[in-house]
Amino acid sequence: MLSKKEKDLIKEIWERLTPVAAEIGADALLRMFASYPGTKTYFSHLDISPNSSHLLSHGKKIVLAIAEGAQDISQLTVTLAPLQTLHAYQLRVDPKNFKLLSHSMLVSLACYLGDEFTPVAHAAMDKYLSAFAAVLAEKYR
Amino acid sequence: MVEWSENERSIISNIFSNLDYNDVGPKALVRCLVVYPWTQRYFSSFGNLYNAEAISTNPKVAAHGIKVLHGLDRALKNMDNIKATYAELSVLHSEKLHVDPDNFKLLSDCLTIVVAGKLGSAFTPEVQATFQKFLAVVVSALGKQYH
Repeated sequence: MLSKKEKDLIKEIWERLTPVAAEIGADALLRMFASYPGTKTYFSHLDISPNSSHLLSHGKKIVLAIAEGAQDISQLTVTLAPLQTLHAYQLRVDPKNFKLLSHSMLVSLACYLGDEFTPVAHAAMDKYLSAFAAVLAEKYR
Repeated sequence: MVEWSENERSIISNIFSNLDYNDVGPKALVRCLVVYPWTQRYFSSFGNLYNAEAISTNPKVAAHGIKVLHGLDRALKNMDNIKATYAELSVLHSEKLHVDPDNFKLLSDCLTIVVAGKLGSAFTPEVQATFQKFLAVVVSALGKQYH
């Protein structure tokens, strides 16, 4: 459960990161590919080498979706409805991988925000990303 | 047996030689207790863990964080035999401390995040993957003697 304070914190952080969405997103994806090579199997149709335009645009897409969800966390199921359908019927990414990307995203945030990524911010962010992943997987079965 | 390339050995050795144990140890344990509050179950003798502020200023938490981080030194010095190196500690955590081995991964994730925060962009995807490989081997060794 996210408190009001946590929701505000999460909203504020993602608002700040929106201008560097491509950079953060690409960084998180690269970390995930390096630590969990199995995740690369979902991207055989893209060039996922560092700094590739595919990687940057895909990273940007992901971060912007996460940022959009953060605008009104209580409406996550509504906001993510189209992405739910996409992931369930088209992409069919095994939901275990959402955890891997979430962890990679947390590391990216730690690197980018340094000391600002306090234990409290980390806890809130972890909760939000878990909720996001759970909603994303809702239409799978 | 786990294979380590020269590159991986040097990455890991570099991370640890530049680590301030007295800073990172406490930070990692604090983070674990805050982000995964159920881990507090093992520290009821530590006094005030009521909120993040209390946890981050608790001297027992800090001391224990330093102890745990130094525990990783054993793996650092015995990278080719981490499993045997932690056999005794594994028995301790299982039979005396009764720690659910899933918690080892939680702490190792928090340590990764603290190190990432310290190193910033120097904590590249490659460095992260190597560090996580090292921690995963330690975590596995610590869980080995649970029956």
